[in-house]
Amino acid sequence: MQLNDCIMKSRRDVFQAIADPTRRIILTMLAVNAMTPGAIADNFDSARQTISRHIQILTECQLLEQEQTGREIYYRVNANKLTEVAEWLQPFTKMWDDRFNKLEAIMKNYKSNK
Amino acid sequence: MELKTKIQAEDNQQDLLVTREFGLPLELLFKAYVEPDIVAQWMGTKVLKLENKRHGSWQFETTDPNGNKHGFNGTIHEFIPNRKITRTFEMEQTAFPVQLEFLEFEKLTDDTSRLTMHIVYKSVAVRDQMLQLPFAMGISMAHDRLQELVEKLK
Repeated sequence: MQLNDCIMKSRRDVFQAIADPTRRIILTMLAVNAMTPGAIADNFDSARQTISRHIQILTECQLLEQEQTGREIYYRVNANKLTEVAEWLQPFTKMWDDRFNKLEAIMKNYKSNK
Repeated sequence: MELKTKIQAEDNQQDLLVTREFGLPLELLFKAYVEPDIVAQWMGTKVLKLENKRHGSWQFETTDPNGNKHGFNGTIHEFIPNRKITRTFEMEQTAFPVQLEFLEFEKLTDDTSRLTMHIVYKSVAVRDQMLQLPFAMGISMAHDRLQELVEKLK
């Protein structure tokens, strides 16, 4: 039940999962490389247990995937889930849209000052 | 609110298309890309160099809220006023490979224009990473952590 928490609830929960700054950093790290829980925790000052809980939440939301390599478990970003979330492109689009809105505002002002 | 900027990123491709229509005459839109003072304002960066010509180069430096400096640079391959800029884009001190950008400027009406940016990355994986970065980082990214990551990627 606990494991399916995130899937059962509305999609907003995925966004709650990624709203947390620590979890965003974990996602960023894992977007670059698969890592073991220990290696992830080494990047933070927080207790290992705290980081482990963050990893658990991300995994419950299927934003992370596990991969067994020998004795080690590696976590990686589940790119399919990000695509499924659909809005994964949204922040990238928003970043450009904000910039372009600014450009437009500046140039409109520039025009009226002429 | 619907965003005016459109991103087209096909699965398993190493490029993407950014399209945006502006309520600006073509000449003003283009000017926003060539005047260093204006570029600095809307990109939120310091413009160290911007040579708007073939074989010219550009160099920006952005300071994040924590005071860390991030460098960006590239070379200009094509520069056709009010029509086209072809250039490379590189984030300094990161593992991300250089990317190639084709910018096309089009007049729609006397007061409107369109920008199309075609960005080509080294691989599908790099493109997907670039697309995911803002998603993963959010706006309130702890920049010192990012800095640490960047150090590790070197």
